[in-house]
Order: sequence, then C-alpha cells, then structure tokens
Amino acid sequence: MSIDMSQFHQVFFEECFEGLEAMESGLLSLDIGDIDSEVINTIFRAAHSIKGGSGTFGFTVVAGYTHIMETLLDEMRDGRRQVTKPAVDVLLGSVDCLREMLTSIQNEEDVNAASVAKHQTALEAELNGTAGGGEHSVPAHEFAPAPAPVVTAPSIIEEQPEEDEIDEEQGWKISFCPYLNLLQTGNDPVRLFRELSKLGELTSNVNIQDIPPFSELEPEECNISWELKLVSGVLEAEVREIFSFVEDDCALEFAPLAKPKKVKKPKPAPVIIEEVKVAPPVAESAPPPVVSAAKKPPVEADASKNAPKASSSIRVDTDKIDTLINMVGEVVITQSMLGLIGENFSMDKVGQLKRGLAQLERHTRDLQQSVMNIRMLPISFVFSRFPRLVHDISTKLDKKITLKLVGENTEVDKAVVELINDPLVHLIRNSLDHGIEMPADRIAAGKPEMGTIELKAYHRGGHIVIEIVDDGRGLDKNKLLSKAIEKGLVEESVIMSEKQIFELIFMPGFSTAEQLTDISGRGVGMDVVRRNIQSLGGNIDIISELGKGTTIAIHLPLTLAILDGQSVAVGDETYIVPLVSIIESINITEKMLNKVAGKGETFKLRNEYLPIIRMREIFNVKSGAATKSNEGVIVVVEGQGALCGFLVDELLGQQQVVIKSLEANYRRVEGVSGATILGDGSVALILDVPGLVRLSVR
Amino acid sequence: MASILAVDDSASMRKMVSFTLKTAGYDVEEAEDGVDALAKAKLRTFDCVVTDVNMPNKDGITLIRDLRQLPQYKHVPMLMLTTESGMEKKMEGKAAGATGWMVKPFNPDQLLKTLQKVLG
Repeated sequence: MSIDMSQFHQVFFEECFEGLEAMESGLLSLDIGDIDSEVINTIFRAAHSIKGGSGTFGFTVVAGYTHIMETLLDEMRDGRRQVTKPAVDVLLGSVDCLREMLTSIQNEEDVNAASVAKHQTALEAELNGTAGGGEHSVPAHEFAPAPAPVVTAPSIIEEQPEEDEIDEEQGWKISFCPYLNLLQTGNDPVRLFRELSKLGELTSNVNIQDIPPFSELEPEECNISWELKLVSGVLEAEVREIFSFVEDDCALEFAPLAKPKKVKKPKPAPVIIEEVKVAPPVAESAPPPVVSAAKKPPVEADASKNAPKASSSIRVDTDKIDTLINMVGEVVITQSMLGLIGENFSMDKVGQLKRGLAQLERHTRDLQQSVMNIRMLPISFVFSRFPRLVHDISTKLDKKITLKLVGENTEVDKAVVELINDPLVHLIRNSLDHGIEMPADRIAAGKPEMGTIELKAYHRGGHIVIEIVDDGRGLDKNKLLSKAIEKGLVEESVIMSEKQIFELIFMPGFSTAEQLTDISGRGVGMDVVRRNIQSLGGNIDIISELGKGTTIAIHLPLTLAILDGQSVAVGDETYIVPLVSIIESINITEKMLNKVAGKGETFKLRNEYLPIIRMREIFNVKSGAATKSNEGVIVVVEGQGALCGFLVDELLGQQQVVIKSLEANYRRVEGVSGATILGDGSVALILDVPGLVRLSVR
Repeated sequence: MASILAVDDSASMRKMVSFTLKTAGYDVEEAEDGVDALAKAKLRTFDCVVTDVNMPNKDGITLIRDLRQLPQYKHVPMLMLTTESGMEKKMEGKAAGATGWMVKPFNPDQLLKTLQKVLG
C-alpha cells in the first residue's frame, strides 16, 4: 500500500518544535547536583519521540543526531552519568541545532552541515569524553548523519529469495514445541501456520501425547507440539522471521528438507536455535545469511520535498472544542423547538416563542464565546521562551539572575501572542543588561546577589496586562533628563513630571547605557517597542524607583472582534460604552456638580471629585429633546488608570456588539474605537474610553 | 474488520499508524498515553492493541501488563513499537505479555505486514 507520508510532516514538525521547547525548559530547570529524575525523563522522552518520528518520516540526519542526544540522556537517566553544567550547555546547543535543522527541512532548504557537524562534535566529545572511556563511541558513530539520504536498516527482513537458487524439493522441516505459556502473550500457533503456508506448501503433524488428563488440563496452557514440513524455496531467515515473536516461548528446530541439487552459490548457514542441535552443514563454505539493508529503497527520504509549506494553524484544547460542539447541539435543539412553534403558530403560543427566543439568545451568546475562545492561547506560548533567553544572556554577562513567570495560563488572542514576542524580548534584554546590576554591585548596594526579573500576565478590566518587573538599579531621572537635554530632545527650561521623564526612553535615538553592548540596543529599540504595542491597540507604562528596580507594564486589549457594551442615549444618537470600563452608573443631582477652577466640571462621588465629560458637547449632538444641563446619568468609567464620568441622557441596555472597524470603512476618529450595527439597522459608535479621557484632558 | 487501538504520545506517529490502518480498512481508535488507552480499552474490547513504549503517565509495557490482567484482553494480540536500541525493552515487554514488536523506524507496509501476522 502506498501512503503519502508527507501528510504527517506538518504534525511532526509541530510536535518536534514542541518537544524541543520541552527539552529546553527541562534543561534550564535542571538544578546541577540535585537532579529531578522526572525532568530528565521528560527531556529524554522528547528526544526519543523526535528520533522515532524523524526515522519514520525519513529525516535520517535528524534521527542520527537525536540518537546521540538520546544516548547521553539515557545515561543521565540511569544515573550512569553526572549531570554537569557543560553537559547541559552542550545539550542546549543541540536543541538549537535540531531546531535549525528542522526549520531547514521544513522550508525545504539544505541543512547547514557545518553547524550540525560542530554541534555533533561537541555532543560526541561530551558523550565520550567524561564518562566511561571510549565505550560509548560506537552508537555515536553508527548513527552519524549521512550526507545522502540513507534509510536506516529496517529490522523486518524482506529479503526475496534469489530465484536461481530455488530447488523444487527444497524446504524446511520445523520442529515447533511451544512452552506452556506461549498462548499467554496473545500468540497463536494457528496464525503462525497461516503465515508459513503463505510461503509454500505446509504439512503439519500434531503431537498430542503431552496433553494431560482432562481433570488436570489447564485450558490456557499449550500442551501440543508440531512437526511441520514446509516445501518452499525460502531462506531460513524468512521462516525464522515468522517465529520471531515466539522464539523465546518455544523450542524450535530447523532442518533443511533435502540437499539442493545444484548449488550455484553457497547456501546460508543453518542457524543454531538455543535449544539443542546443530543441523548438518549444507554447503562447505557457508557465509551467514546477510540481510541487506542497502537494497531497500530509500523509504520516504524524498517525501519531504513535496511537504506543504507551514500553514498558519492553531492548536486548540479538546475541552474547548467539546464545549463548542455542545453549544452547537443546544442551538440545534432550540432551533427545532422554534421551528415547531412556527409551523403551527397561534397567538397563545407567544409565551412559548418568547422563551424560545430567550434561549436562542443565550445559546448564541455562549456559542459565540466558545468560538472566540478558540483563538485564545495561554501566554505561556510566549513566556516559555524566556527562561532560555535569561539563562544565555546572564551567563554571557556574568550576572546572576532568576526569572519568575507568573500567570502563564492567562489567555490572550492568537494575534497578540504572535506580535508581543519581539517587544517582550527587547524589554527583557534591557532589564538584563541595564536593569540588573553586576553581582558585586548588588552586594555593595545591600541587595541579594541574585537579581530577579518577574514576568507577569493577568487580566484587568478588558485588558491583559503584561509586566516586566526587575529589582535592578532603576531609572535615574536626572541622568535621563540631562541626556535628553544633551541630545537636544527636550528644552532645558521645560519642567517635566517623573512619568514624562521616564517616557523619554521611548524617544527615537535615546540611549543611556554607558557602554553599548551587543545584547541590548543602541537606542533604536524602545520607540519601536512602543509603536508595536500601540499597533496592537495597547499602551506601555514605566514605573521605576532609583536603586530599587523598574516595572514596565504593557496593557493590551483582550478581545478583538466582539465586546460587551452598554448602550447609552445622547440626544437621538446611541453610543456604546464598553462594559468592562464601566465602574458604575448614577443618576445625577444638582448638588453633585461642581465647577473647579482650572479643572473644568467635576462631580463628587463619595469622597472623590471626578471630572465630567459631557457626551453631548464632545460629540456635538444637537438633536433630541433638550435635557437640562444638570439632568441625566453619569456613567463612571475607568480609562488610563483614572476615573471619569460620562454625562449621557439615558442608559438603554446591555448587549454584545460586533466591532466594525471605522478606520477601514471611514477614517480614524478620536474618541471612537469602532462602530457597530444595532438591531434596528442603525449605526452606533463605540466609545474609546481612554481616548476620550485623553481628549477631555486637553 | 478488526478493531485496533493505536497508542502513541507522539501525534505524528499516532496519525501515521492510525491512517495506515484505516486505509487498510481497520477500525482504529487512538489513545495518547497508557492511561488514556486503558480507559478506552475498558469501554470496548479491541481485537488488537498497537502501543508505543516510551510515553508519559503510563508507558507501553505497563499498559500491556495492565491489559493482560483484564479477562477480555487475556489473549488479545498486543504489539509494541520500540526503537532499535531496545532489545532489553523487548524482553521486558515480552514478560509483560506483549505478543510481538515492531522496530522503529518502520514504514506503513511493514506495519501492516506485522499486524497481519498477529491478527486473524
């Protein structure tokens, strides 16, 4: 049967990359000296799977390489080898090398042989050098990556008999005497005979003399033995192959039926089966039966050429899909119920219809949520790469740094996962390079020698917040300011708040590091970082205290297509306020309003004065019943970390709205994040709360 | 057609095995580790089990041992998929009750050929 193996390549590659990630994080978490055997096991298993898969799918270079890794890991697993830092580093290098190889193969490019050879040499040196002398060298070289695709020897022997050697009266006499336990492994002599009979004419002679009397008979034991005669020209190896699964569970003897009449080539030597006798030699010179692996056609080595390019796929938790299917089921039930009502409708069924519609609404909402959920991935997809980054860079810088990950299971949209990586790498590199001090400096400053970087993710309001917190030296306001003045980025006379000074690092062409390193940038990074985050609809904040550390917080929107909204009326217009940003809504009374000099209109909410934004004014709405300036509803919202009140005429209702891009259909409007179409077909604008807050401050 | 339970933690291998067997007309169910396999094997009795050895949660050899304890699996053929380096694993598997083994890497034809040996 021909099966197109290339269809499995995509899954295989994905699996390999996952395995490599698991290996990497496992290797990084290995505490030298105190080894967790479960971690080693996980690493071993990943290497083992990659090896097995790459062998099967014809990527022998990869298989050969992983074989060496596996050997090394196996020794570590069995405690035959110490886990040392150099060994871990070599293995980490190998992970990189494998990733490179697999990427090349996936993209149908040539594998970088020089790089592979370099890593392989290091790996073999580690394998042979430290433990147990040269005895390990054999497996390593046996599997050395071959320049041309050569398939490793399949162990199942499919040697065809060479026709010219066959003699019609040739064949084998087989004495097959199963042990009592042969049946207990699921083997069945009948099946063996069936296989034998495919090779030639089979006659069997059953020996039942060993069957005990009925009262002593154990039905699960095999008490029968056979004398078989197979008339066939097959080689002994082929006959033995049939018995390969049972050869330890039986006494087996082979003898050729008759001497071949003509011997063109020497016949294979009879094989001694452990039990007893040696069959008489057939021919004088008897080379052993050689199974030629080289004759096998290269199985799937070329299949990779036809492999489809990586498609943008997504891995979805089965639970999510199950929920989805469940929801669809509910919708179908509701639909058929409504169908039934509609088929024979009369006014007394209105109640039923309403209930059905309410149900449909609930199910649609759930269904929609489940569908949106498919796009959500845990942020660990991004975070998991950082332990390695921190490990490598801190080694390079001679700093001692631990990375703590918090909230890795926080789910974010797939698009965010893909785009947030580069900015985060940049920010973490900055923390490593500029933030955390050298160990000696830390001790001098009375801090623990080991620096800490915390990478946190959590949901707040409608946002996901990602924080990078370090306990390093913090930002020096004065230094930042003088640098900015020196570079002509700000005027000397300008008085700036702390926050504004910190924001300076996002300006193009700003860098404070005394020495530029190859690890973090030359001041061409932070402005790009901020731009990337803003393009995702997010923003970035810095909090820093000199000598104590820096926190960089990134706020990103959680959902991209649908939002829970509160619709509010302003004159004849309807606006949607994102529900997540609403803290509360209150009816306004005259005495709550205040005019504060320089700060515009405010109102007192409990013990706090909050600014008011009049929607009617900001959007210049003139239509509708003119309400008095001091009547209406205040919607208290949070935006940009500050509370603020929107004055609207009326609250209408809560509903989910599908966000339509205003930019794509019209143009960007400040204070508006998008638009939606209401049930009656009219368009409502969705308010951009932080944007409006910004707008009102001006 | 015979029903087969294909057990492997590696999705690509499992898909390959399962696709090959399905193409050959077998009724195939997949399981991703020993625990999953044991649970599925209890729900219905398969005619054959094909399992990887190295798996998280429960390895293939333990799975075979556990299955052999179940009356309905006493004589069901069970094949294990091992690597060339695993001669001792073969013996261990044999002791646990494995019917036979396939050595990785293998191709679909070899898989079907081996399966035909133990099924029927």
